[in-house]
Amino acid sequence: MRDEDENQKNPNDSPESPGVSRRDFLKISGISVAVPLVAGPRVIKAAGQEVRVYGPGKVPMEFAINGKNYKANLEPRVTLLDALRDEFELTGAKRVCDRAECGACTVLVDNKPVYACAMLAIEAQHKAITTVESLTRDGKLHPIQQAFVDNDASQCGFCTPGFVVACKAFLDKHPHPTPEDIRRGLSGNLCRCGTYAGIRKAIAQVAQKGA
Amino acid sequence: MRPFEYVSPNTRSQAISLLGASRGNAEILAGGTDLLTLMKDDVVAPKRLINIKGINDLHGVSSNAQGFHIGALTTLGDLADDATVRQNYPALAEALAEAASPQIRNLATLGGNLCQRPRCWYFRNGFGLLPKNETGKELVAEGENRYHAILGNEGPAKFVSPSTLVPILVAYGAKIRLEGPKGKRELPLEKFFVIPKNEGEREHDLRPNEIVTEVVIPPASDVRAAHYEIRQKEIFDWPLAVAGVALKMRGSNVQSARIVMGYVAPVPWPSPEAEQALVGQPINKDTAQRAAEAALTNAKPLSHNAYKVQLARVALRRAILKAASGGVS
Ligand SMILES: Cc1cc2nc3c(=O)[nH]c(=O)nc-3n(C[C@H](O)[C@H](O)[C@H](O)COP(=O)(O)OP(=O)(O)OC[C@H]3O[C@@H](n4cnc5c(N)ncnc54)[C@H](O)[C@@H]3O)c2cc1C
Ligand code: SF4
Ligand code: FES
Ligand code: FES
Repeated sequence: MRDEDENQKNPNDSPESPGVSRRDFLKISGISVAVPLVAGPRVIKAAGQEVRVYGPGKVPMEFAINGKNYKANLEPRVTLLDALRDEFELTGAKRVCDRAECGACTVLVDNKPVYACAMLAIEAQHKAITTVESLTRDGKLHPIQQAFVDNDASQCGFCTPGFVVACKAFLDKHPHPTPEDIRRGLSGNLCRCGTYAGIRKAIAQVAQKGA
Repeated sequence: MRPFEYVSPNTRSQAISLLGASRGNAEILAGGTDLLTLMKDDVVAPKRLINIKGINDLHGVSSNAQGFHIGALTTLGDLADDATVRQNYPALAEALAEAASPQIRNLATLGGNLCQRPRCWYFRNGFGLLPKNETGKELVAEGENRYHAILGNEGPAKFVSPSTLVPILVAYGAKIRLEGPKGKRELPLEKFFVIPKNEGEREHDLRPNEIVTEVVIPPASDVRAAHYEIRQKEIFDWPLAVAGVALKMRGSNVQSARIVMGYVAPVPWPSPEAEQALVGQPINKDTAQRAAEAALTNAKPLSHNAYKVQLARVALRRAILKAASGGVS
């Protein structure tokens, strides 16, 4: 155990990580190391107390997604979006900008819509994650999904899963929205095909019927 | 994104100790909406990420005689929904509702909003905050500068301060509190922002091992305030000009005014000229226009952004009129 009290050490001074090591470089350039190292956390001391340091290699993680338990060994730098898509094959959330700018990756974390590309997987552990995959139940579309179909609210479809999740979260929070509420509330999703008019109608349809 | 080690301390002193005394090795992770993008683009490449969200006493809001205290980790979404903000600081509520998108507001924290890095495309593409070419020539002055500064741009810093919440917070008289190895300090919020003169200097008065702990806004029951921003798109777009105005009235005349522009300079830009032009005056189209003119008299646009002078003037005039009419436009 190393003591890192009051700034006498910082990660770069540490003998364990002198700048970018050859191992780091291999990871950056995407060449995989022969034996994937999974290591538990390292315990160090900070301000007199023990804290756990994870990574930079793979660490065991656990997630609660759509009410089910998922496990994977991931590096701390993996985003929630990449974990969903690449580890758990939940590919509903799309990777479009990967920069928190388009909404295609929208999922719910503890019932709030967020961009899965803007959150690290390691931070999403022990939170309730809901993806678009959970909305269809027993082969029956969720009312907002049905409303997308009824109102021709999808063209190429790439933005659609993110929009559907954002619409669901919006309607849960604003069951009786004004047109202005809809415009503001759905402002975090972009559609290159321009299906906005259909989406606004879909929301209005569900708001009228009640979801 | 490069590999890094991740640590999630539970106390401020742990976080401060883990940060280390030099810049660049470790970064604070709050909501991550800015930091992760900077890391994906390799603009910053920390060896260690310190997630501060496990520090409970940095979350949440409270009120006392000093005013309204906002913990640095309070999300913009929670703040926008907060009853005190809506009732006592409606202009801040409006700025929050217009900031970014619902998904970002659910992650983004107020501390992170104040510490977010400029959107200057040279900076975001790895040319640094004070971009130069090999021969030392400044890139922005003769380059793509249509979104850059029109005030405070005499030195090498030509980016604009990116938060749309800061102008109205400064107008309300907000203070920022920081904590580091040597203890706590408090600054008027506008003093937290500095214009860097040399590459490697940060645009915040934030030492490498300090964290922003809270923002305090004084009571504003006698204040008429307004936020106004001009964007190319209606929403979910970086503004071209922002104005925050807080007026105290005596009868129908202005007793004191706090006027702050955003997106015009590398720091939030208070305008004593506009404040002076308003004191003792009633608010009407003419006085608002005169104050707005005074605020932009010293503007020095770059080669492609003279249009911003007029936009800033209009934002300011409308914010003043809106404040006087009780915050409605
Ligand atoms: C598409 C888009 C649109 C946006 N539109 C707007 C807008 O209209 N108006 C606006 O104001 N902003 C806007 N933003 C910016 C957004 O508000 C910020 O990204 C967000 O507030 C940053 O907060 P965070 O908690 O996510 O910070 P992080 O990304 O976690 O951190 C940002 C920086 O602050 C540092 N930091 C964070 N917390 C602290 C702390 N407590 N003490 C010291 N340092 C700290 C981090 O180390 C990092 O350098 C937009 C962002 C995007 C992606
Ligand atoms: S111009 Fe429009 S339709 Fe054509 S590729 Fe670009 S985004 Fe797609
Ligand atoms: S992929 Fe996450 S917001 Fe675009
Ligand atoms: S339907 Fe094609 S991007 Fe929205």
